[in-house]
Amino acid sequence: MPRLQTTAELETLRAEILAARDPAKPCIAVCGGAACDGLDSAVVATALAAELKNQGVESKVDFRVTGCHGYCNKGPNVLVGPGDICYFEVKPEDVPEVVASAAKGEVVDRLVYRDPVSGEKAVHMSEVPFYKHQMRILTGDIPRIDPTRIDDYIAVGGYGALAKALSKMSSDQVLQEVKKANLRGRGGGGFPAGLKWETTKNAPEKTKYVIVNGHEGESAAFMDRAMLTGNPHKVLEGLIIGAYAIGAQQGYIYTRHDSPSMAKHITAALEQAKELGLLGKNILGSGFDFEVELHFDVGIFVSGESSALMRSIEGNAPEPRPKYIRTSVSGIWDKPSNLNNVETWANVPEIINRGADWFTSIGSEKSKGTKLVSLSGHVVNSGVVEVPMGTPLRTIVFDIGGGVPGGKLPKAIHFGGAMGGSVPISMIDAPLDFDGMSKLGAPIGAGGLLVMDEDTDMVEIARYLLDFLVKESCGKCVPCREGMYQMLKILTNIVEGRGRKFDLERLADLTEVTSLGSLCALGKTSSDPLKSMLRYFKPEFEARIAAGSEAK
Amino acid sequence: MTDITLQIDGKEATVPAGTTVLKAAQQIGVAIPTLCHHEKLEDYGGCRLCLVEVESRGRTNYVVSCLYPVEHGLVVRTRSEKVDKVRRVIIEELMAHAPDAPELVRLAYEYGADRNRFEKDASFCILCGLCVRYCDEVKQKHAVGFIDNGHAREISFIPEIAAQECWCCQECFAICPTSYAQAAYLMTEALAFPGRRRKEIAPRDAAVDRLAKIPAVPMTFVKRPPASKPEMTN
Repeated sequence: MPRLQTTAELETLRAEILAARDPAKPCIAVCGGAACDGLDSAVVATALAAELKNQGVESKVDFRVTGCHGYCNKGPNVLVGPGDICYFEVKPEDVPEVVASAAKGEVVDRLVYRDPVSGEKAVHMSEVPFYKHQMRILTGDIPRIDPTRIDDYIAVGGYGALAKALSKMSSDQVLQEVKKANLRGRGGGGFPAGLKWETTKNAPEKTKYVIVNGHEGESAAFMDRAMLTGNPHKVLEGLIIGAYAIGAQQGYIYTRHDSPSMAKHITAALEQAKELGLLGKNILGSGFDFEVELHFDVGIFVSGESSALMRSIEGNAPEPRPKYIRTSVSGIWDKPSNLNNVETWANVPEIINRGADWFTSIGSEKSKGTKLVSLSGHVVNSGVVEVPMGTPLRTIVFDIGGGVPGGKLPKAIHFGGAMGGSVPISMIDAPLDFDGMSKLGAPIGAGGLLVMDEDTDMVEIARYLLDFLVKESCGKCVPCREGMYQMLKILTNIVEGRGRKFDLERLADLTEVTSLGSLCALGKTSSDPLKSMLRYFKPEFEARIAAGSEAK
Repeated sequence: MTDITLQIDGKEATVPAGTTVLKAAQQIGVAIPTLCHHEKLEDYGGCRLCLVEVESRGRTNYVVSCLYPVEHGLVVRTRSEKVDKVRRVIIEELMAHAPDAPELVRLAYEYGADRNRFEKDASFCILCGLCVRYCDEVKQKHAVGFIDNGHAREISFIPEIAAQECWCCQECFAICPTSYAQAAYLMTEALAFPGRRRKEIAPRDAAVDRLAKIPAVPMTFVKRPPASKPEMTN
């Protein structure tokens, strides 16, 4: 493909791609996301490709393997367009029927969703309860895109926001739009992205960097991976727009070394964007130059912490650095570096395309837009969920998640992964937003939502989460390294019936000192789950300690 | 460079911009305890013992003084109930590893720390990193480094470098607060290059010269020590 010289050429290319496609032509999309892949969706995909040939309908039916559709526990997911007919738990032996009915425009009745209680059918995506209550602004395109083909992204309007920003807006206008949209960082803290951009933009150094944090090392968090693997161009487009607003010349996508399909898709996306002139020198004839490099982690959770991540990109061990001078002023090689999470960047093209006013019309008072949530645990439907900020947890757990399986009662909701917190089910009507959740002691964090049923042992959960964190600490500072280790020892003793009566007092001291004295965010928040459990479930700890001493 | 005036424990200090709170305090004779700080080395912020309470623009915050740069009008309190508690718990955590290290014993007395508060795990090293950083930054030999992460982190001499460099230096032994650097070095020597260091390095003095003439004892004649860990006192 030739390099695009102007924004008009991009629109011409888009028109050509769309002209070659017939919207009425059936298309079978197989989910190749992590969960479906684990359920052998690749076998289904191979069978589908062969069956299309076999039935001689290759020219009549389109076929693509896409990123994560979202409904992970019902995989392998197959979506047939037009009309988004959803098939669940598709096996290779179902393939001939799927192909034949797609060619004829019919529906395979036995593969569609049935309500587990009422038995009611739901054929189309918009009717399936799991999808019905969502607002899929960021993830909606994923089933329509083969992530390895830039054409698919351009066909759904991709890089339109970049063209708009470069041709019609100054870098200041882009920044103002993002500020006005009040886009808050999706990586955990909820810091306004626009303010962070502005700090980097105004820093005196000329060389500036922008970075996508695609590390996502938390347990029970898988939505960034779904986003970056399923639609890498959207994140890249956001990054390029951000770089333009900030005045950065170099970007990095920092991600995990252990997700081969994600690495493949990002590499392909970077190559294709470069080939089309959406990266490199003089992007779309605007005079703006920007390059992006893919960088992998070294397999430790703390690499996702901003200053450790930047040390890692420099080629050093990922040890956090004290942030009395912010990384947005002095980051990679002491140059101003703006780091945002995958989801934050993915929001940028939407804000530029549809405007800040549209964006602020979604969400709660102080948290705007939608939020991706990784829904898992003791819940009927699990997967990647996208809801407007401010949605009550009840909607997520019951309407989308379908409640707790096996007729059990829910006991607690754990939010925010290993450094998040647990709240009792009595707080299920709390809205999902940054400030509300932090007040309850379960900050949104990266967005992993774990439902726990009535049989859950909260002491064991606290121990399990600490066990994870102890292994992931870098070990540089004492309160994190030693504090967490001692907490883990005490909790292990309690779980194994060797708890002693002054254990709770020791735990209280350890959590306080660890959160006050640690160097980086990992240490500072490492005791949050334990703190929230001691706040809401203290009697369970006391009972375990008492039971332990009675047994002796 | 402009001078900055701040208040530490009620005393006024005027220091150049960019100075850390710890340095400013030292200049006016206010003592702040540290374990990982060394004037010849880059500021590290690992032990967190030098944590202080700072008040700036009406907000109280807890920061480590070895890294925090001074600000105009900053009010620093080097002792408070919370600061003392953090220090006490840190000392208690470290005493699980090195209960008899003189510096820790002294600090424990000052802050009322209980050496038996937490379950013992006598590794003898408190991972202050003085040896590692001294070897990197001052000697530039990189003979000792950190391995592993989190609670599994430990210091380790790299035999290939240690065999060449350590015999005539051993300066890290003196700055180690627990004597573990010495123990780790001797262990490395015993395992990786017993007796070999003498041949390759020019002896420092007559005593070393005499030592070098004594033939190395073949490993087969060395009686193995009992399997249990020997008691070590500092």
